[in-house]
Amino acid sequence: MSTLTSNPTASDQKKRLVSSGALQQILAFASLIILVIFFSIASKNFLQWSNIEGILLSTTVIGILALGTTFVIITGGIDLSIGTGMTLTSVMTGVFIVFLGLPVILGIIGGIVTGALIGFISGFSVSILRIPPFIATLAMMMIAEGLSLVISGASPIYFSDVGGFNNIALGSIFPGSIPNAVLIFFLMVLIGWILLSKTIIGRYTFSIGSNEEATRLSGINVKKWKMIIYTIAGCFTGVAGVIMASRLNSAQPALGMGYELEAIAAVVIGGTSLSGGKGSLIGTMIGALIMSVLTNGLRIMSIPQEWQTVVIGFVILLAVYFDMLRKKDR
Amino acid sequence: MSRKILEMQNINKSFPGVRALSNAQLDLHRGEVLALIGENGAGKSTLMKILTGIYQKDDGSIIYDGKEISPVHTKDAQEIGINIIHQELNLMPDLTVAENIFIGREPRDKLNFFLKNKALNQQADKLFQKLNINLNPRTKISELTVAKQQMVEIAKALSFNAKILIMDEPTAALTDKEINTLFDIIHWLKNEGVAIIYISHRMEELKRISDRITVMRDGEYIATLPTETTEIRQVVSLMVGREVKIEQKISDPDAFTDTVLEAHNLHNNYIKNVSFHLKKGEILGFAGLVGAGRTEVARAIFGADPFSGEIKVNGVPVTIKQPVDAVQHGIGYLSEDRKRFGLMLEMTVKENIVISSLANYSTAAFVKPTNMKTDAENYSNKLKVKTPSVNQPVKLLSGGNQQKIVIAKWLLKDSDILIFDEPTRGIDVGAKQEIYDLLEMLANEGKSIIMISSELTEVLRLSDRIMVMNEGRITGELLNRDANQEKIMELATRHN
Ligand SMILES: Nc1ncnc2c1ncn2[C@@H]1O[C@H](COP(=O)(O)OP(=O)(O)OP(=O)(O)O)[C@@H](O)[C@H]1O
Ligand SMILES: [Mg+2]
Repeated sequence: MSTLTSNPTASDQKKRLVSSGALQQILAFASLIILVIFFSIASKNFLQWSNIEGILLSTTVIGILALGTTFVIITGGIDLSIGTGMTLTSVMTGVFIVFLGLPVILGIIGGIVTGALIGFISGFSVSILRIPPFIATLAMMMIAEGLSLVISGASPIYFSDVGGFNNIALGSIFPGSIPNAVLIFFLMVLIGWILLSKTIIGRYTFSIGSNEEATRLSGINVKKWKMIIYTIAGCFTGVAGVIMASRLNSAQPALGMGYELEAIAAVVIGGTSLSGGKGSLIGTMIGALIMSVLTNGLRIMSIPQEWQTVVIGFVILLAVYFDMLRKKDR
Repeated sequence: MSRKILEMQNINKSFPGVRALSNAQLDLHRGEVLALIGENGAGKSTLMKILTGIYQKDDGSIIYDGKEISPVHTKDAQEIGINIIHQELNLMPDLTVAENIFIGREPRDKLNFFLKNKALNQQADKLFQKLNINLNPRTKISELTVAKQQMVEIAKALSFNAKILIMDEPTAALTDKEINTLFDIIHWLKNEGVAIIYISHRMEELKRISDRITVMRDGEYIATLPTETTEIRQVVSLMVGREVKIEQKISDPDAFTDTVLEAHNLHNNYIKNVSFHLKKGEILGFAGLVGAGRTEVARAIFGADPFSGEIKVNGVPVTIKQPVDAVQHGIGYLSEDRKRFGLMLEMTVKENIVISSLANYSTAAFVKPTNMKTDAENYSNKLKVKTPSVNQPVKLLSGGNQQKIVIAKWLLKDSDILIFDEPTRGIDVGAKQEIYDLLEMLANEGKSIIMISSELTEVLRLSDRIMVMNEGRITGELLNRDANQEKIMELATRHN
C-alpha cells in the first residue's frame, strides 16, 4: 500500500505557531509587560504594592465576566446579558440575605444559581428557539436590567447589617496578603481553564465554534451542549455578581450596564476570535489585566477619563486587527 | 444470512418546490462496492442522507440486515454500522486530526467528564497504522491540504465498525497517488466484509473499483448493472438518457493571431518565473497535478495574491493589485472552491448571477428588478440549471448546479478573458458536455479562455494549446495535435 503525506517542514511549524493563537497570546502578554514597564517609568507610584493591589482588585469583576463569556464566544456566539445579569445576581443575593434573612452562604449560592438561570434561558433561546445570540442576549440584558430595578424597588440593598459580608471580597483568608476577590478570580481562571482544556465541555465548545454543522453531523447533541455552555457562563456571571455586591457592601440595581462590553473587549484583546473556534482563558485573563493596567496607568498619569476610553478603543481595534492578520496568514 | 445487507424501496422525498426522490430504490450486497451514479441533482446525495438519518423519508422502506430501520439521527445510523463520508468536507478546522476523528467518542475518565488526550492520540495512531495512512494525530485540520483532510474524513468513517460505508465523491479533491491509496483501502475493506456505496462522476473509476453500478436519473431508479459486462458508454447514456461523445480537439495554431494577455516572469511564494501568452478566441489549458501551482497562477493574474512580474492586456502593460483591477481589464475568474469564493450560499440563484453586474441594472443606484430576473432566467436556462425558480437559495441546489451559477455570473459580466479553475469538478457527464459546448461557444464568440483542469481527457478535449506545470514552474507547452496523456503526465512530473 502506498502512503501519503510528507513530514512537516519548518514553514509548517511556523504556520502552526501563528495559527494556534499562541502568537496572539504571546503578543498580548508582551503588551502587558511593556505597559507595566512604561507606566512604572512614567510614574513611580505605579509599582507600589497598594496600586498593584488596586489594579488586581479592579480586574476581578470584569475578569470573571470575561472568563465566562469566553466560552460563549468560542462557540461563535456572544452574550450581552452578562453586565445586567451580574446586577440581577447581586440584587437576588441581597434579596436572599437581607430581605429573606437566609444565611450568607445560601445567599451566595442563590446568587450564583440566579446567574446560571439567566445563562440557561439565553442558551435555551439560542439553541432551542434558534434566536441569534446577539438578539437573544440583548433581550436578556434588558429583562435582567428591568427585573433588577423592579425587585429592588429601584434603590440599593445594603448589607451593612450582615456581619462580614464585605470581607468576602475585600478580606483575606491569609491575613495581610492579597484580597479574597483576587484569589477567587485566579481560582475561576483555574476552574475555567480546566473546563476548557481538559473536559468534554471544552472540547465541544471548540468543536461547535469551529464548525457547528459538522459537529452536529458527528452525532453530538449541539443544542444540549450550547445550553450547558451558556449556563456555565451564567455561573461565572453569578460569581461576579456576588463579588460586586460584597465589594460595594450593597447591591446597586442601576450599575452593570456596559460591563458586558468591557468584558467582551478583554476577551478579544486576549486573542479569542469573535468568529469562534479559537481562544483561551489565559488570554482572557491577560486581556482583562491589560484593560485595568491601562485604565489605572492613564489615571495615575492624570489623563482624563474621556481619553482613557478613547485609548482603550484603539487597543481593541489593534487586537482585532491582529486577529484578522492571523486569519489571512492561512 | 442473506446476501443482501441493505434494501431501500420506493423511497420518496420532496423539498419545498423540488421532488428530490420518487420511488428511488437500491440494494446492496455484503462486501461489494456499488457505484451509485447519476447527473447533478439526480438525488444521489439525498438518498444517502436518508439512509444515514440526516433527512427523513416521506415514505418507503429501508431494510437493513433483515430488519426495517428508520434512522432519525446520524448517531442512529452510526450505531448500527452505517457511515458516510459527505460530499462536502465536514471537519472542525480548529480541532486536531485525532479530536476530529473521535469527536463524541473521545476517551474519558470514569466520571465521563475529563478527557484523556494521550489515549486519544494513541488510538488515532493505531487507526492510521491499520489503514496505512501517514497522518499526525496532533496536527490541526486547518493546516492540512484538502486531500489530507479528505483522508481524515475517511479514517473517521472507518474508525466506526462500519458494515456499510458510503463515499460521496471522495476523489474530487485527491491526487492520483492519493486515489490509489484510497482504492487500496477500499479493497482492504471489501475483504473485511464491508459493503461500500461509491458515488462519483469519474467514469474511469467505476471500472476500476466497483462490482455493480446503480444508475439514477431525476430522482428515480433507472437500472443496476454488473460492472464487468457493462460498457461505460452504456452507463452514461442511461444516466443522461442520450449518447455522449468525448474526443480530442485538433485546431489550427495559425487561426489565432491577436495576443490578448501576456504574462512575464510572474513570481511569488507559490509560482516561479511563470511566462505565457493567450490569444484571442483561444482555449489555453493548464495541466498538472493537484498542487502544481496552476490555481496560484490564476490567482496572481486575477490580483488575488501579490506577485512580481509583468502582465499585458492587449499589448498594454497593466497594474493588477486586486481583483477589481482585473475585472476592469475584462478578466473573470471562476474559483475552484466555489463554496468559499464563488457563491453567496444564502442568496438566491438570481442574486448570485447578477451580483457582479449590478451596475448594469441600476440607474442612480436604484436597481431595476425586471431585467435582472429575465437575464438571470436566460442564463439559468442556457446552462440548464436545475432549480424550481431563480428565487431558490443557492445552498439548496446540488453541487453541480451551483457551479453553473458561478459560470452564469461571469458570462453575464461580459468578461473577455475568462479563467476557469476546475470548471467541471463535481459535475456529471451530461452537464460536463454542456459546459464544454459552452466554453467552445464562448471561444468562437471571441472570448479568450484559460482553463485549469486536473482531468486529462478534459484538457485534451478542449484546449487549443496546453501549458503543463509542476512545482510552481511551467515545465512544457504543447499544441493540441502534439499532445497526449503520456506526454502531459511526463511533463507534469518533471523536475527542472
Ligand atoms: N435541503 C434541500 N432543500 C431543497 N432542495 C434540496 C435540498 N437538498 C437537495 N435538494 C434538491 O434535491 C435534488 C437532488 O439533490 P442531490 O444533492 O441529492 O443531487 P446529487 O445527485 O447528489 O447531485 P450532485 O452530483 O450534483 O451532487 C436537487 O434538485 C436539489 O436541488
Ligand atoms: Mg451529491
